[in-house]
Amino acid sequence: MSTNTRSMKISTNTKSMLIDITRCVGCGACTEACLQAHGLTTNVDDIKDLSAGALTFVSEQGDLYVRRMCMHCLEPTCVSVCPVGALHQTKDGPVIYDASRCLGCRYCLQACPFNVPRYEWDKVVPGVAKCDFCVTRQAQGLQPACAEACPEAATVFGTRDELLAEAHRRINENPDAYYPHAFGENEVGGTSMLILSPVPFDTLGYPRALPHEPLSTRTWASLSHVPDIVTIGGAMLLAIWWITKRREEVARVESAERIAAQNSNGVHPGGGHA
Amino acid sequence: MNGIRKPRFGFWSAVFWILMGFGVATAFMRFTRGLGSVTNLTDTFPWGLWIGFDILCGVGLAAGGFTITAIVYLFHLERFRPIARPAILTAFLGYLLVVVGLMFDLGRPWNIWHPLIMWNPHSVMFEIAWCVTLYTTVLALEFSGMVFEKLQWKRALRIQHAVVIPLVILGVILSTLHQSSLGALYLIVPGKLHPLWYTDRLPVIFWLSAVCAGLAMVIVESRLSARALGRHLEMPLIRELGRALLGALGVLTVFRLRDLYARGSLALAFEPTYEAGLFQIEFLLGLVLPFALLAFPRVRASARGLYAASLLTVLGFITHRLNVSITGLESAQHRYIPAVGEVLVTLMLVALGFGAFKLAAKYLPVYPPVTGAAPGGAPANVRSK
Repeated sequence: MSTNTRSMKISTNTKSMLIDITRCVGCGACTEACLQAHGLTTNVDDIKDLSAGALTFVSEQGDLYVRRMCMHCLEPTCVSVCPVGALHQTKDGPVIYDASRCLGCRYCLQACPFNVPRYEWDKVVPGVAKCDFCVTRQAQGLQPACAEACPEAATVFGTRDELLAEAHRRINENPDAYYPHAFGENEVGGTSMLILSPVPFDTLGYPRALPHEPLSTRTWASLSHVPDIVTIGGAMLLAIWWITKRREEVARVESAERIAAQNSNGVHPGGGHA
Repeated sequence: MNGIRKPRFGFWSAVFWILMGFGVATAFMRFTRGLGSVTNLTDTFPWGLWIGFDILCGVGLAAGGFTITAIVYLFHLERFRPIARPAILTAFLGYLLVVVGLMFDLGRPWNIWHPLIMWNPHSVMFEIAWCVTLYTTVLALEFSGMVFEKLQWKRALRIQHAVVIPLVILGVILSTLHQSSLGALYLIVPGKLHPLWYTDRLPVIFWLSAVCAGLAMVIVESRLSARALGRHLEMPLIRELGRALLGALGVLTVFRLRDLYARGSLALAFEPTYEAGLFQIEFLLGLVLPFALLAFPRVRASARGLYAASLLTVLGFITHRLNVSITGLESAQHRYIPAVGEVLVTLMLVALGFGAFKLAAKYLPVYPPVTGAAPGGAPANVRSK
């Protein structure tokens, strides 16, 4: 179908995962592999939502199983809003968090269009938690733990170009089985996670009608005025100050001259001043 | 007079100390057991009362600092000079309280300085962090004049006078930037914020509403100080401020109506929804009503009328900011009602603000001497000793 012209950031190397809900049997192997890969000790049966102790999980929605996790946007909203660059995007796509920079403003939680980041509300030194796309495993040449663990190949790992082509191939070959859209192809500028579903995505709890431009374009529209406000605004204010001051000085000198003239001429009624 | 009177522990002192006690207890909980122990914040509602009121309203209500200093120092409208100091004091205290509020709200408050060295110019929050840091410094320097005068530090005062114009210009620019950026924070949540409030023009609306709230606060304060301290501003001045407020409210009302109409969201205001109800309160009682009241010369001529209209403006302003930061996000996220701990900390901050203002107004030359003010102000000693 369409190629994503907007995302210039996609290199042929951008890593991606294709998650096919029609293939998922809800075994939870991905969740367990994720816990293990991240050294988390949460009990799988207790996981009802994403949390600092569960970076992905499978939610049962009717007879479908839907994986939840960070979408790893190509133009990540969280990265754009973080005032200290605690969230950043590696060159191959994973969006990762550096707790040592974080000041805890939680703008990333507020801004994420997919409501993914989680906060450690009960810790004295809290941090943000979210899927890191197994960036350390990827650096070792391994695939993400969840993709490796999936027995049904419902989650597969690859480059974004090839997985996007694969997604469209599946939809085209089996149009009755799929809702005709790969979620993540162009939502908020495209995401590294691509999802296929038999039903419309908003019925599964995915946000409806997300814009195709990255959300950061909206804040940038405002931020890009900063240099103008500083320079033009500063010059204007300086001009106002100078003009009003000058006017006052002129008025003062004029009135002094008038008084001097009055003194030398004696009192004369009704001077012709404005 | 004040010196002779014995210290009186009246009703308000009792309230003050009770609020301090509760606030400190909550602070202890928050810093030993985490944000979750005292707030109703969640992963899907990460910003609550502390951001909505302590930060968004705190900064906005302190906007009198930049508007009044601009009027007096840049436009040379000398007759407004008597309100410059109360406005600077309010602004300075307001920003200090915002910083205290941030210390509660930030998860890792000890990293509050990080934006100064870890840059992300694409982040609105980054810009706000810089502006608030710089502007609080500017306000401290503007405020220092009162302290130097009180201490009779002539040389320091002379230096302060020499740099006041650049300070004021810097203050106006920084304020314009971050007052509007508080609105820009919410440009990033188009899918979450209710269309009654989400608009590309949020930055302009936040700036305009801050100008209104700043002016209204100066009037409200003058009234409160008159009661509590017997110091106040002269009626003709307040009346003129009332007229300025009328103008500012008019611009804001028209701007917001135009924006709602242009986005096709005006009809939403009349639907029987939770959001529409709170919008009506904010818009009709907090914007249109004070505007209509001030439009009557008779209201502007009476101290009580001006006070009532200004108080409505302030309350409407607070409702608007809480609507943007809380009400408007509830349907997309979930219902949020602040926890007792959040309310207690907020009340403590408000009480601190009142207390600090009272102390400063009592001991520093904030208001002009009551009898025949010398224009241009040779620093006459205020009767506080």
